[in-house]
Amino acid sequence: MSDDNKFGPESQLRRKLLMGMAAIPAAALMPKVAFAQAPATSAINTTGLAVTDTEVTVGILHSVTGTMAISETGSVQAEKLAIEQINAAGGVLGRKIKFIQEDGASDWPTFAEKAKKLLVQDKVAAIMGCWTSASRKAVLPVIEQYNGMLYYPTFYEGLEQSKNVIYTGQEATQQILAGLDWVNKTKGGKSFYLIGSDYIWPRTSMKIARKHIEAHLGGSVAGEEYFPLGHTQFNSVINKIKLKKPDVIYCAVVGGSNVAFYKQLKAAGIDLSKQTLLTISVTEDEIDGIGGENITGAYACMKYFQSLDNPNNKEFVTEFKKMWGEKTVIGDVTQAAYLGPWLWKMTVEKAGSFDVDKIAEASTDIEFTKAPEGYVKIHKNHHLWSKARVGQVQPDGQFKVVYETADLIEPNPFPAGYQ
Amino acid sequence: MKSTAFLSRSEWIGVAIVAALILVVLPLSVDGFRLNLVGKYLTYAFVALGLVMCWGYGGILSLGQGIFFGLGGYCMAMFLKLEASSVENTKIQSTPGIPDFMDWNQITALPWFWEPFRSLPMTIILVIAVPVFFAFIIGFAMFTRRVGGTYFAIITQAIAAILTILIVGQQGYTGGINGITDLRTLNGWDIRTDDAKYILYFVNAGLLLGCVLIAYFVKHSKLGRILVAMREKEDRVRFSGYSVAGFKIFVFCLAAGFSAIGGAMFALQVGFMSPSFVGIVPSIEMVIYTAVGGRLSILGAIYGTLLVNWAKTSFSESFPELWLLGLGGLFIAVVLAFPNGLAGLYQSYVEPRLGKLTGKKSDETNGALPQGSPAE
Repeated sequence: MSDDNKFGPESQLRRKLLMGMAAIPAAALMPKVAFAQAPATSAINTTGLAVTDTEVTVGILHSVTGTMAISETGSVQAEKLAIEQINAAGGVLGRKIKFIQEDGASDWPTFAEKAKKLLVQDKVAAIMGCWTSASRKAVLPVIEQYNGMLYYPTFYEGLEQSKNVIYTGQEATQQILAGLDWVNKTKGGKSFYLIGSDYIWPRTSMKIARKHIEAHLGGSVAGEEYFPLGHTQFNSVINKIKLKKPDVIYCAVVGGSNVAFYKQLKAAGIDLSKQTLLTISVTEDEIDGIGGENITGAYACMKYFQSLDNPNNKEFVTEFKKMWGEKTVIGDVTQAAYLGPWLWKMTVEKAGSFDVDKIAEASTDIEFTKAPEGYVKIHKNHHLWSKARVGQVQPDGQFKVVYETADLIEPNPFPAGYQ
Repeated sequence: MKSTAFLSRSEWIGVAIVAALILVVLPLSVDGFRLNLVGKYLTYAFVALGLVMCWGYGGILSLGQGIFFGLGGYCMAMFLKLEASSVENTKIQSTPGIPDFMDWNQITALPWFWEPFRSLPMTIILVIAVPVFFAFIIGFAMFTRRVGGTYFAIITQAIAAILTILIVGQQGYTGGINGITDLRTLNGWDIRTDDAKYILYFVNAGLLLGCVLIAYFVKHSKLGRILVAMREKEDRVRFSGYSVAGFKIFVFCLAAGFSAIGGAMFALQVGFMSPSFVGIVPSIEMVIYTAVGGRLSILGAIYGTLLVNWAKTSFSESFPELWLLGLGGLFIAVVLAFPNGLAGLYQSYVEPRLGKLTGKKSDETNGALPQGSPAE
């Protein structure tokens, strides 16, 4: 795949690039200070990306229509907030970030089409986007083929690693193991009932959970069941739970199914203050739909809760609400999406270039000390070091943090012994 | 029919205009990325074309054409996936040499029904054969029992839903909701390069024109007359001694075959296949393409598909948060203002004037529905 083919002979950017090169001698005559502040476009953009002397374009690619819009809207808001803040602080390498937003419409092929549009036509320097695993799987070949850079915010199943993707959410082991250890130690959880939606993320997560429960905690799995996405009849599984009385209900039901599941649990008389329930799929966003009173007492294992008590987070929550309204809530993924533009900015500045190859290289060990979740660092496998936290749902829909790992957990997308 | 060939003069001109549009005008006027999009839209036109035959002429409304589009696409995607999952490409898996999603689902050997898709000739046969056979079974079961009309539409819709659930549920064998992704080469030829995309576009356009000619041939044959007769007065055809079920099965299988070719070309051009093309929503969307184009117009199917998809893409690019409303508005406008679609508009406004200019009467009247007649 040669570069000439990739961008076509009539690329305007190429022409701009050549003009930029021609401008180098002129730039050398300019005062040194101005030059140091904003390096010449030709020097920091050698692959024809949409970078001008004053602007750099990035893409935002999420669903703002369709079933996933409810979940992905928070990510869009967080990314726009981060971009605005970066611009207010002077931009990236002296260039303001301009974004082009595309709608994935909760439809995986549309995601692939729009990703391609952003890369081929708009020549964006990076894409902040995708949410479900399916959308990422659809976009991944496109990103790799056209050598783009994707910042992916959602906690996901692992088993993936790409030069062209930075995973700002947790991979499965980061989210699962610490939570299981905690529930085993503090709640004496020995028998687990695993319930998930039927697709790759819950299945892989439950596979890891089962191995950990059986091999490391000396516990047992009382049942394991999966339901189609959008499923709303959980009565049969709730009856089985009542019959088998597991110590812990371990839950990875996603999207709208959550509403039905927790309401039916409550209606069946299962009191979550007595029956331990640990979920890895309910954030503040989902509780908004479920209703805090329907899920009070449940535990969730995440890396971020809106109620985290640290100065970074206080500032983040204030700014977020200022931009998007008092009523908005911030979930785990929303925070991870907020990290994307910041990590990209810092990587670009470390690399001194917008070139994707250089950014992919420079990403290792990028640290973000202002992260609302505390502190994060990019591992050389392009996932983040992060802590795991357990929170308990309060009636107002917020979490009370009851546990936090002492150290950052190393990301390990291909966990040996768990496959 | 006045002319001896299976196409009348005005139809030849229509086909020539479409051919010029998709073979010359579009490739010259849009860039590679947009052309690839047009290529994708044209794969839906196969389905719309099938619907014109089956719904417009045969009077059989199928709300499950996504089934056949999907089956054709999956057959092609399975071949491409096997080729992309060579042992050296999949070294990191616990079982190298099988598709990645099987490995994630703890499957350790290739299932038997994947085996035929190791061979390209076999795949090409199966791309057509599997959906047509499936259509035959559905058609045979329904039409010999004289199930028709709304009931048939609902049943096809149910089958589309069932097939989606089956594909999503059996993710170890089918890739589940993610679909079959990351398709790379066709017999060693990289389908992801820009050159390959150009070639595939023209192959696709050529196949589509071929299907258009087949559709015209069927329309002008005795078979086509019987289809129209069946649509108008099924009992009378039956009492005249024709096997109504047989003709219905044929036209339903024909539509399925067209859709399957579209599906296979889709997998080749887009590089993946997922259950979101099989279900109810895409199936109904494809009926909308046909309705917008005019369900009695073979060429209208192509224009309708292109128009709706172009509107979809450009609305969603300009107004990412409002585009669905715009699209909905377009559909309402079409149904209210010209119920016979673009073709109806052409026939009632443009053609009479053209006729005056050239002094010739249109001969495109056979099979036309009276204005404003209901869909069924």
